[in-house]
Amino acid sequence: MIYKETGQYNSNYRSDHAIFPLMQDKIAFSLLMLVAFLFVPFVVDSYWEKAILVPFLIYSMAAIGLNILTGYCGQVSLGTGGFMAVGAFSTYKLMTTYPDLNIMIIVIISGFISALVGILFGLPSLRIKGFYLAVATLASQFFLVWLFNKVPWFYNYSDTGQITVSERTMFGVPVTGAAAPPYATYLFCLVLVVVFGFAAKNMIRSKIGRSWMAIRDMDIAAEIIGVPPLKTKLTAFAISSFYIGISGSLYFAVYLGALEVTESFDIMAISFPVLFMIIIGGLGSMLGSFLGAAFIVLLPIVLKNFMVDLVGLSAVTAKHFEITIWGLLMVVFLIVEPHGLARLWSIAKEKLRRWPFPY
Amino acid sequence: MSVELLNFIETVLNGLMSGIMYSLVALGFVLIFKASGVFNFAQGVFALFAALTLVGFQTGQVPFSHLINELFGTKLHHWYPEIHSFLAIIFTIITMIVLAWIIERLVLKHLVNQEPIILFMATIGLAFVLEGIGDLMWGSDVKVLDVGIPSGGSEWLENATIGLAAEGSEYYGMYIDVLNVWATVIAVILVTALALFSQYTKTGRALRAVADDHQAALSVGISLRTIWVFVWAMSGFIAMVAGIMWGTESGVQFSLSLIALKALPVLILGGFTSIPGAIIGGLLIGVGEKLAEIYIGGLFDIGAIENWFAYFMALVFLLFRPQGLFGEKIIERV
Repeated sequence: MIYKETGQYNSNYRSDHAIFPLMQDKIAFSLLMLVAFLFVPFVVDSYWEKAILVPFLIYSMAAIGLNILTGYCGQVSLGTGGFMAVGAFSTYKLMTTYPDLNIMIIVIISGFISALVGILFGLPSLRIKGFYLAVATLASQFFLVWLFNKVPWFYNYSDTGQITVSERTMFGVPVTGAAAPPYATYLFCLVLVVVFGFAAKNMIRSKIGRSWMAIRDMDIAAEIIGVPPLKTKLTAFAISSFYIGISGSLYFAVYLGALEVTESFDIMAISFPVLFMIIIGGLGSMLGSFLGAAFIVLLPIVLKNFMVDLVGLSAVTAKHFEITIWGLLMVVFLIVEPHGLARLWSIAKEKLRRWPFPY
Repeated sequence: MSVELLNFIETVLNGLMSGIMYSLVALGFVLIFKASGVFNFAQGVFALFAALTLVGFQTGQVPFSHLINELFGTKLHHWYPEIHSFLAIIFTIITMIVLAWIIERLVLKHLVNQEPIILFMATIGLAFVLEGIGDLMWGSDVKVLDVGIPSGGSEWLENATIGLAAEGSEYYGMYIDVLNVWATVIAVILVTALALFSQYTKTGRALRAVADDHQAALSVGISLRTIWVFVWAMSGFIAMVAGIMWGTESGVQFSLSLIALKALPVLILGGFTSIPGAIIGGLLIGVGEKLAEIYIGGLFDIGAIENWFAYFMALVFLLFRPQGLFGEKIIERV
């Protein structure tokens, strides 16, 4: 009943190819956007901003990026942390070198710098495939983190090796630094995620996205029908790194404010969690990127609250429990639904079409 | 001989021996990948878990004591004084076998025929579970592991080589850790035993059959699931050996599980499916790393390039041989 498409006719190609062809989806999405833009900014407090909303948005961005590369183009990458570090450090260098540049422009330029680095590290993918490539992308992870840790130019020769954000404003409201109000940082991330989320969705639906998927499904066959593997793989690497770079830039400038590269962009801190996001969310699904990010951001909070507050364990033991349960959930999830939350959602939609009168 | 040459030889020797340590971890990966096509990321955590369990048995810790104490307000810690290392090793081996059985029962069985990446992610999940359980069972403090393997520099070698340099030059002899020598000896024994086992026993032949072709192996009556339990138990055993070696060297702690990351370049360099590849890859990476640290790292004056150098080395090799040195040739058909 709820998802009934009866009576909704598409009379031209435009409406047939819309992102949300169904009226129900259109309404739901508009409502979501209304709430996100017009309601949440007025009620958001610092806890929600720092613990849930901003990390969710930033990780969604990274998950979209990795999903483009791994989910749509089929190139497994474990180097997400490295590319996020590129975004963060180019933001820092740009901020300190050009103090007058608008923060939005800085973030986007950081994305482009990451894209260049991504192309460079994507080159081996033309020759190496599968798990060999996955391990090879670890080279970028370790090399980039090492580079930002060991070359003092990147952190402006500070003694601690930390990079710290300075205050930048958009329309007179600070969005970075300690003085930024919760709604400003939230809106800043939200705008970027919505704009680039739509961009990604449209890329996937157009020629470039179709060639990514052709390469993913069978690269030799794709090559034979005229999809150039070099160009396709490298654009996937570039665009994926662009998104990941922007998320790294936000992670540093808006979310953390100050960071140290080996700790914040470690393989266990970024690369694997983001990979879980897209697998738990659903490989090759935009919705999946968001669902996965939400799952991974919320899970530790829920677990921690449950362990420490309800059961009354000490923080250390709770941490160990958290790791165990986290791993267990992951395994259980992969066994029960290897195609992720997005698949669950489409099954639910299918059920909702006929609910409550199934035949 | 000149001092430079002697230093070079010392570096190469040390590199070979640390390479053996990498090979030990890579070996566990290869065994599992060959038999079940699973890229087992948990191999490093296996080593950590085995080492933790070994120390726990050795010192007679009560498992889960922290958890029980916090939940029930008791004060459990040890239930018996230390036992002999040999006995503890036997207990640990039994634990690893049980663990392999549980993993097959609860995880692998349900994931047959899934995409390789799904299996890979499942082993990452497994790594988290084992890490958490290991910490819950035995506590997360750094533990000293001592099963009676000597360690420290070899004085004999130092004295023997001190006279090799030219008269009057400042040379104090070669430094080689005895532990590494032991690791080499044990690794050689292990690999020989493995080779003999897979060549001359019935189970060994079944193992090779499964590695060669799952379906054909099934059709001649080999039980895949038994073989899987067997292979995972064997990897658990190898992980224990690696855990003992690395744990003796630097204490049993979380960072032990990161040796998996050290073994990955070895793996792609040697090829996922080749046991000799794992050994030779390990040796190459060990030597390359040590040489690079001294001769290239010194050049830039930044240091710590061993974090990524191995990966770069493996990457360069891969550009010429995409399946690794000894991997099966990748044949792609449409």
